[in-house]
Amino acid sequence: MMKLKVKEYFKVKSIEEAINLKLQYGEKAMFIAGGTDVIVGLKNKKWSPEVLISLNEIPSLSYIKEENGYVKIGALTTHREIERSSIIEKKIGALIDAVKNLGSVQIRNVATIGGNLCNAAPSADTAPPLLVHNAFITLEGKEGRRSLPLEEFFLGPGKTAKKEEEVLIEISLPTPPKTAKSAYWKHTRRAALELPIIGVAVYLDVELMEHGKLRQVFDSPDSTWDDQLRALNESDILCKELRLALGVAAPIPLKVKELDGIVRDKRLSEQLLSEVTDVALQKAQVRDSWRGAAWYRKEMIKVLTKRLALICLRRILKEV
Amino acid sequence: MRYTINFRLNGEEISMEVEASWTLLYLLREVLGLKGTKEGCGMGECGACTVQINGKSVVSCIYPAMEVDGKEVWTIEGLAQSSETLHPLQKAFIEHGAIQCGFCTPGMIMSAKSLLEENPSPTEEEIREAIGGNICRCTGYVQIIEAIKHAAEEYHGSKK
Repeated sequence: MMKLKVKEYFKVKSIEEAINLKLQYGEKAMFIAGGTDVIVGLKNKKWSPEVLISLNEIPSLSYIKEENGYVKIGALTTHREIERSSIIEKKIGALIDAVKNLGSVQIRNVATIGGNLCNAAPSADTAPPLLVHNAFITLEGKEGRRSLPLEEFFLGPGKTAKKEEEVLIEISLPTPPKTAKSAYWKHTRRAALELPIIGVAVYLDVELMEHGKLRQVFDSPDSTWDDQLRALNESDILCKELRLALGVAAPIPLKVKELDGIVRDKRLSEQLLSEVTDVALQKAQVRDSWRGAAWYRKEMIKVLTKRLALICLRRILKEV
Repeated sequence: MRYTINFRLNGEEISMEVEASWTLLYLLREVLGLKGTKEGCGMGECGACTVQINGKSVVSCIYPAMEVDGKEVWTIEGLAQSSETLHPLQKAFIEHGAIQCGFCTPGMIMSAKSLLEENPSPTEEEIREAIGGNICRCTGYVQIIEAIKHAAEEYHGSKK
């Protein structure tokens, strides 16, 4: 049975202590939280630190709260805690979709949202939902705290804008208006312990004019996606905002920008959603891998964007 | 380097020295000789090494031993009070033929234990989700789910 090559293990009690130890040990040291990526990486020799600096005993980095128009999530909050949070369920639907299908219960019980982001995998499930919610993150380093938009945090596979000694503290998301909902689709072969073939997150804010038919179709348990799209085409729903983000479609979790001019104040329809995916496919750099072929990933971006817009609408109609 | 940690293991207080390099699974199997917890993939993907930490199921093969300091750990060895008084889950697994080769069983039972303590009346869907991280290569999932359902009834009846 494998032991790790780690020689020292520090359990720090404050962010300051963590920063100082990292400065002292430099590249020999690595931060660890839930450890579900760090220990796996140690075992398959992706990295080989001699020193682990455990952040788990830093008090008050695990919370989900609403404050001054923002939903704030502490970096040490576990995926399981997010899954069980009524605030997240009500306001950040896409994130609930993401954590429900991440790893297994055993993984979600220890893996943290901060770790998922710092690991910066192109497939990180929490990233597309946070990107469509315009999340920004707060880092603390030797020069104090700084915040930046999440899309500026990811630089490449496993690479982030975080300085070596900086600790990710918090993720903040503007509280969405009541007319806005989000959804995430992790397209996989299996229901557990899987990475997505493609991940798509949509955030939709609308003005509902005429939507009786759509509500009727949503209420019918036998309605298909096609039925729902037809009902959408026959409804009069104004798109105030639509945001889209993709996982496994580029070297980083990808926020598709430049959608605003296409969707703002337009009637929401299958046609409009096709225009959205046309832009997305121009930006995406999907590739062939053993998990899925590029052409298939592209097709699924088209299919899933439409489905996700419908799921968002269903969520919006549930509340208004 | 070695560090002293204190934790509760199967209801018993333990104070011992551990190496920075040990996973919890290594500590349990190779140091304490508790061989009930199994090593399958060693990468947190198969669930054979599942134990309970502070009431939650965790894969011990990727959990640093250093992190159990101050916590409460339960392994499969802590379930039966004696060979005559098995835990309701153990009884149910035997009665429903939910064990074939037996390698996944300790992990399955620890995942099920965490589920039933949190949710004494789970739906089939909730049972499937709870053991989604436990792989059985004999593919006896139907019997395993039946066993957990049956144990839930007993749990519920005895309010355990």
